[in-house]
Amino acid sequence: MPNTGSPSPDPSGQPACVEHVGAGLPRDQVGLPLWLLAELTYRCPLQCPYCSNPLDFAQQGKELSTEQWFKVMAEAREMGAAQIGFSGGEPLVRQDLAELIGEARRLGYYTNLITSGIGLTEQKIAAFKHAGLDHIQISFQASDEQVNNLLAGSKKAFAQKLEMARAVKAHGYPMVLNFVTHRHNIDKIDRIIELCIALEADFVELATCQFYGWAHLNRLGLLPTREQLERAERVTNEYRAKLKAEGHPCKLIFVTPDYYEERPKACMNGWGSLFLTITPDGTALPCHGARQLPVQFPNVRDHDLQHIWYDSFGFNRFRGFDWMPEPCRSCDEKEKDFGGCRCQAFMLTGDASKADPVCAKSPDHGIILKAREEAEHATLEIEQMTFRNERNAHVIARG
Amino acid sequence: MSLDRQQVPAWRPGYRFQYEPAQKGHVLLYPEGMIKLNESASLIGGLIDGQRSVAQIITDLEQQFPGVPEVADDIEQFMEVARAEHWITLA
Ligand code: SF4
Ligand code: SF4
Repeated sequence: MPNTGSPSPDPSGQPACVEHVGAGLPRDQVGLPLWLLAELTYRCPLQCPYCSNPLDFAQQGKELSTEQWFKVMAEAREMGAAQIGFSGGEPLVRQDLAELIGEARRLGYYTNLITSGIGLTEQKIAAFKHAGLDHIQISFQASDEQVNNLLAGSKKAFAQKLEMARAVKAHGYPMVLNFVTHRHNIDKIDRIIELCIALEADFVELATCQFYGWAHLNRLGLLPTREQLERAERVTNEYRAKLKAEGHPCKLIFVTPDYYEERPKACMNGWGSLFLTITPDGTALPCHGARQLPVQFPNVRDHDLQHIWYDSFGFNRFRGFDWMPEPCRSCDEKEKDFGGCRCQAFMLTGDASKADPVCAKSPDHGIILKAREEAEHATLEIEQMTFRNERNAHVIARG
Repeated sequence: MSLDRQQVPAWRPGYRFQYEPAQKGHVLLYPEGMIKLNESASLIGGLIDGQRSVAQIITDLEQQFPGVPEVADDIEQFMEVARAEHWITLA
């Protein structure tokens, strides 16, 4: 449907039919899209086994142009978006990245660049600063081999990252270092934390990989055991206490995989209530994993963001609580977790509207119990993972 | 750590204070996060510029709000919280 014309949502002046088109909540009950995630490209020099990009990324459509991104950014800003994250794939492969950053900053966004650091140079760091970039997050999402070299103290790998991290800090950026942890590196979490502190990170995200996209396929090779996880959390807490006692500004953020929880996470703070993701080809999603769902999502080439956020079918599909079947429907915790993650429910049960199986009240919770059990005994899969890593390592070595 | 009123507060590098029309209020933006500030925090935040000392901020706001005795306390409290959260540096 074409846009309703008015930038300020005022349902009173509109014909009665407009209300039905949305089939969603009244606009004043819908949160603002404060967070815009701009996935600029699916191109990426790496092939991480835990990549959260869609499995069929090679078949996705054409990338949005610079002007199309300008329009998206302006519309979202008008609607309240204050944070913008440039990610991918690897956003550094977009030749117009500095231009996009500049426009975002001009519009008043807090601009975040989320990069693997592959392809980052001191020159680019300076150019982005000049364009108005506020913050750089470096994700240590490279192959396990590279991270392992780093953790084992490989001078070369360390020197590269160190140089880049120093340049980031020297140009006055705050720096977030993001480490994806999994069963093969989580036992070295103390080394990871030490490394981040040495690099003067302002924030350190220790994120146990979440099981979407590629990570779901590789779950057996990635999911840590409960014991591993508990130890890692304990070590993290010890470092937190130490940093706090020193008045050190570095903040450690520990993200556990929800496979070991009894209640699901409040995914995206509720469907279509805070986050707006635009994929490289312009598809708008309420969460970066949502593309895999059997739900039709709008595209910024066809509609403006007012329509997309407030009226489109996709953004209203799981808004509010009316869509919920049991046990969520009559559950007194539904306002806390919104029934959990729709993508996880779909991936594990084949039905996106079911309770997230992480919930102990879900009839499908057995799937999670089985995965935990398998994590205790997984060995075979490690070899397959290692094979992948070697190949990845070659790619990096050549780059 | 007590607060020295001669110290000058500055936002931590990478932290930005700004008005958000859509939220009808001031926010503090930082890497991947945002804090919505209440009215008094917004007034104080608006005077943090890396130049004014805490004492000057107190004088400014006391002039703006004569007859409000809590102004100085509020400002000190804000500075202490903001420092503990590492939103500002005091130098
Ligand atoms: S760096 Fe890895 S996780 Fe990130 S987009 Fe590339 S392949 Fe996927
Ligand atoms: S039953 Fe549904 S709403 Fe209740 S706690 Fe579980 S996932 Fe959340």
